[in-house]
Amino acid sequence: MQNLCLMIVLAPLFGAIVTGLFGRTVGRSGAHWLTIIAVGVSFFLSVVVFWRIVIGGEPSYNANLYTWLESGGIPFQIGFLIDELSATMMVVVTFVSWMVHIYTVGYMHDDPGYQRFFSYISLFTFSMLMLVMANNFLQLFFGWEAVGLVSYLLIGFWYTRDTAIYANLKAFLVNRVGDFGFLLGIAAVLMYFSSLDYAEVFDIASDMTGVTISIWSGQDWSLMTVICLLLFVGAMGKSAQVPLHVWLPDSMEGPTPISALIHAATMVTAGIFMVARMSPLFELSTTALSVVLVIGAITAFFMGLLGLVQNDIKRVVAYSTLSQLGYMTVALGASAYSAAIFHLMTHAFFKALLFLAAGSVIIGMHHEQDMRKMGGLRKYMPITWITCLIGSFALIGFPGTAGFFSKDAIIEAVHASTTPGATLGYLACLFGVFITALYSFRLVFLVFHGESRMDEDTASHVHETPAVVWGPLVALAIPSVIIGAIAIEPMLFGDYFGSSIYVDPENDVLARVGEDYHGVLGFIWHGIWQKPFWFATAGVVVAWYCYLRRPDIPRRIAERTSLVHRMLVNKYGFDVFNDWFFAGGARGTGRLLWQIGDVGLIDGIVVNGSAKFVGWWSGVLRHIQSGYLYHYAFAMILGLLALLAVFVHRVAG
Amino acid sequence: MLADLPLLSLCVWVPIIGGLWVIFAGSRVPAYAVRNDALFISMLSFGLTLLLWRDFDNGVAAMQFTEKLNWIAPFDIFYHIGIDGIALPLILLTSFTTVLIVLAAWEVITDRINQYMGAFLILEGLMIGVFSALDAVLFYVFWEAMLIPMFLIIGIWGGPRRVYATIKFFLYTFLGSVFMLVALLYLYQQTNGSFAISDMHAVLLSLPQQKWIFVAFLLAFAVKVPMWPVHTWLPDAHVEAPTGGSVVLAAVMLKMGGYGFVRFSLPIAPDAAASLNGLMIGLSLIAIVYIGFVALAQEDMKKLIAYSSISHMGFVTLGFFVCFQIFAKTGNWTDAAMGIEGGMVQMISHGFISAALFLCVGVMYDRVHSRQIGDYGGVVNTMPKFAAFMMLFAMANAGLPGTSGFVGEFLVILSAFKASFWFAFFAATTLILGAAYTLWMYKRVIFGEITNAAVKSLEDISTREHTILLALAIPVLILGVWPAPLLDMMHATIAQLVEQLANSKLP
Repeated sequence: MQNLCLMIVLAPLFGAIVTGLFGRTVGRSGAHWLTIIAVGVSFFLSVVVFWRIVIGGEPSYNANLYTWLESGGIPFQIGFLIDELSATMMVVVTFVSWMVHIYTVGYMHDDPGYQRFFSYISLFTFSMLMLVMANNFLQLFFGWEAVGLVSYLLIGFWYTRDTAIYANLKAFLVNRVGDFGFLLGIAAVLMYFSSLDYAEVFDIASDMTGVTISIWSGQDWSLMTVICLLLFVGAMGKSAQVPLHVWLPDSMEGPTPISALIHAATMVTAGIFMVARMSPLFELSTTALSVVLVIGAITAFFMGLLGLVQNDIKRVVAYSTLSQLGYMTVALGASAYSAAIFHLMTHAFFKALLFLAAGSVIIGMHHEQDMRKMGGLRKYMPITWITCLIGSFALIGFPGTAGFFSKDAIIEAVHASTTPGATLGYLACLFGVFITALYSFRLVFLVFHGESRMDEDTASHVHETPAVVWGPLVALAIPSVIIGAIAIEPMLFGDYFGSSIYVDPENDVLARVGEDYHGVLGFIWHGIWQKPFWFATAGVVVAWYCYLRRPDIPRRIAERTSLVHRMLVNKYGFDVFNDWFFAGGARGTGRLLWQIGDVGLIDGIVVNGSAKFVGWWSGVLRHIQSGYLYHYAFAMILGLLALLAVFVHRVAG
Repeated sequence: MLADLPLLSLCVWVPIIGGLWVIFAGSRVPAYAVRNDALFISMLSFGLTLLLWRDFDNGVAAMQFTEKLNWIAPFDIFYHIGIDGIALPLILLTSFTTVLIVLAAWEVITDRINQYMGAFLILEGLMIGVFSALDAVLFYVFWEAMLIPMFLIIGIWGGPRRVYATIKFFLYTFLGSVFMLVALLYLYQQTNGSFAISDMHAVLLSLPQQKWIFVAFLLAFAVKVPMWPVHTWLPDAHVEAPTGGSVVLAAVMLKMGGYGFVRFSLPIAPDAAASLNGLMIGLSLIAIVYIGFVALAQEDMKKLIAYSSISHMGFVTLGFFVCFQIFAKTGNWTDAAMGIEGGMVQMISHGFISAALFLCVGVMYDRVHSRQIGDYGGVVNTMPKFAAFMMLFAMANAGLPGTSGFVGEFLVILSAFKASFWFAFFAATTLILGAAYTLWMYKRVIFGEITNAAVKSLEDISTREHTILLALAIPVLILGVWPAPLLDMMHATIAQLVEQLANSKLP
């Protein structure tokens, strides 16, 4: 197993290093063949691992590879933990990555940074695999930051674009805010558990429920709550939960394959994965779960709303990603970890599909991303249209598609949950379904249906993209339809995850949902009579009416509710506030401390001041050294008298 | 045969004698011969230090490679040298850096090349001397002598405000070390006439005595580290120093302060350190946070990296002094080792990273003759290889896992958390601040469209520059992925140090 794992992680790393350092030698085709084969190997071996662990029922594999360092009596290890959870993630990550590698051949065809791009995405695959295969917090953090690095490099891939290099810095820094909390969480784990190994920590976690930690003097906090909240801050950064979501929409400045791979399917789900991995810890703190649920609910609903006012095709999908990540977070908060991972998996397929379809449209339109300049594309790009439609149906949870099963499961689970905030989460998810359907089909209708709004020059060039682009679309469309029906039963209601996810029996909402579960068809039948389906249908109908039949309505609504509309267009003002308060504030503080502290006080008064003082004092002394003997004699007598006085005083006193 | 050679002495004296030879013989030979000689000598001494490493026994806490000769017999002053797990990594860092400095000066320094190369070689020997001296007087002589070549390097090959910078540098450090001399003489008296550092470790001292000694040492070492608020000489010195000067200053000279704490302050005055640790932790955290903000406001690349150095050195002192709080809280001294080891790792790692960043600035300065961030923009378009290297070092400076910059900060933050949530909280702000100032600079200098003609005509790094940056990239990555060998080198010595801290020296 160890060799298998090593092969899985090292193959993409090898590809990344060779194409990165010797890009010119291997050439363009060398670069894509090498990395595609490497990631392909990684995918097939991941399937082998998946087969052995999940289907073959082999016990999970947990072993250290080497000791990173040892300090203070604690060995910090690098190692692998392969259980049902990581095996699932490995297959999802390598599959989507593989598809994206192939797609990139077409998408980046004319880009001068071709080899660099392949090097980055292979490096990303390596980092993400290290993250999900980790058996300890240290390696998790390694992968965590490494995917952040690659995301930074890829958002800024077109480094001459001002917007891109602004967005990548922003992404890195916002993620670092999350990592700040995450690292403190890891430090707390180390302090109280004296280990960073998952198995060792989870083993004794239940003994820690009563332990308190004092952060403000006099106030005791539950240790588990503090640890979980700190770790969740990390998840909020990586999985773009409010208020650390601001980087994700801007990350669309990167090339589209990246938006699909990193900013939709894999990296942004790292936070979700991490919380699921930490389920034995989160289950010990209802407060933390409650916070997770509420943050997720806010993200799911309010970020979805923003998707309604976007005109850039990629940004619509980006806000949809934010909203769907919110759904997953709600599921985590409701202790339905397997539902979160289930949705993570289905979402990875259909969201990668939607992004790649958007990319296909962008290629077809010669790098036009504004939906107002599209329309009627289905005639020109039938395969893209069909696959995008499939992706959209999966996204809105149309009965039978993959998204239907995972999203319905989340809504049912949060409905059944008793975690504080569950009602809010339920309502947010329910109304979120309407919003999701509305923006998704707004996109579909604006881009593929209706009359063409292209200028003639563009219209004469629009064409279906080559097979290397639509091939991955088809390959992703298949799981977007069927994976839900296949996986729902074992994943949610069976013993799929084994011991890799721990749920406290009292919080086990999925078990409650499972009592009413009677097979896939029953679930679909049941779903048709439930609110989410009606909300979704309503969304599609409203989208159809507003964007195909009466395109004047949205404009009139926007005019009537200009305040709300402006707020949405300004994304609730997060960006303005962050730029002003955090970025501007930090720069201002820096300048102030520098000018007043360093230049003014320390250098101005103390350092240069003492130099001046020495100068002045020597000037005074020069006057005293007059050269007249009687001056010196007088000074000597004064001194003697003074000494005498002190002496007499000491003796007498 | 080889084993009989006084290897450590060779490490000290080969560069010093070689440096003198380069200065005097070099004035009559052409520049290329001087360069080759200097490179040969620096490689030779690096090779000698590698032999030290090869024969070093990780399992031993005591001094190794010791040599003891009479020097000034009437005062019991000896030529007594030796190294342990704290000194060895610093010595390796010193000799390694010097090779790079010689290479970095290759075509760049045209004025009095023999004196330039000679000064750095002599400086190397003196610095190795500081790290290996076991006699306080010998230590003090090396310590002060080290200032002279540095003073000359900035004063002769420096920038326009070099006179102000050198005087500031000299006064600051000299003022500090005068107090150290007083403390050493006082200790000489207390040990009944011994200048052996080990005797000073052993002597019992009352708390007020320890406090006075601690403060006297503090003045000397805090200036060198530099700690807030005695740090303002560093940005000026860096800005005016030639590239090589900045490199040696950041990579090695700052470490003298940290080394002083672990060699003198902590073991000689552990009780004072324990009672004053709040002050030390406070100053360290101010360095990390306050200087982090100040770095954000800099427009001069060298100043920015200088401030970043101060901020990163804050982790060194934080790691060294947080152990007392950990002990007070957990009652466990083995926990304390992590902070000290973290501080040590941070010193070594900072040596590589700051050297690399100053060399990167040097590469650009050699071409454009400006250090102002505003004079650049879009460098990646003309210097892609350089941009890749600088990305690596910028990320290392921002403490990215997988680079050496992460290891020390990680260990120190983990330890600081054991002492107090808030120590870790403020220390961890470096995750955000460090990334902000480093990557913001990187963005403005490297990314973007080409902004001016100077950038447009840039040529990518030469083979020589490539070699230098690669030589630094390798240890940065290796230490990030596998720091265990460095830690293993220090374990025994630091365990002994912790034991010294654990035992009160009050009479």
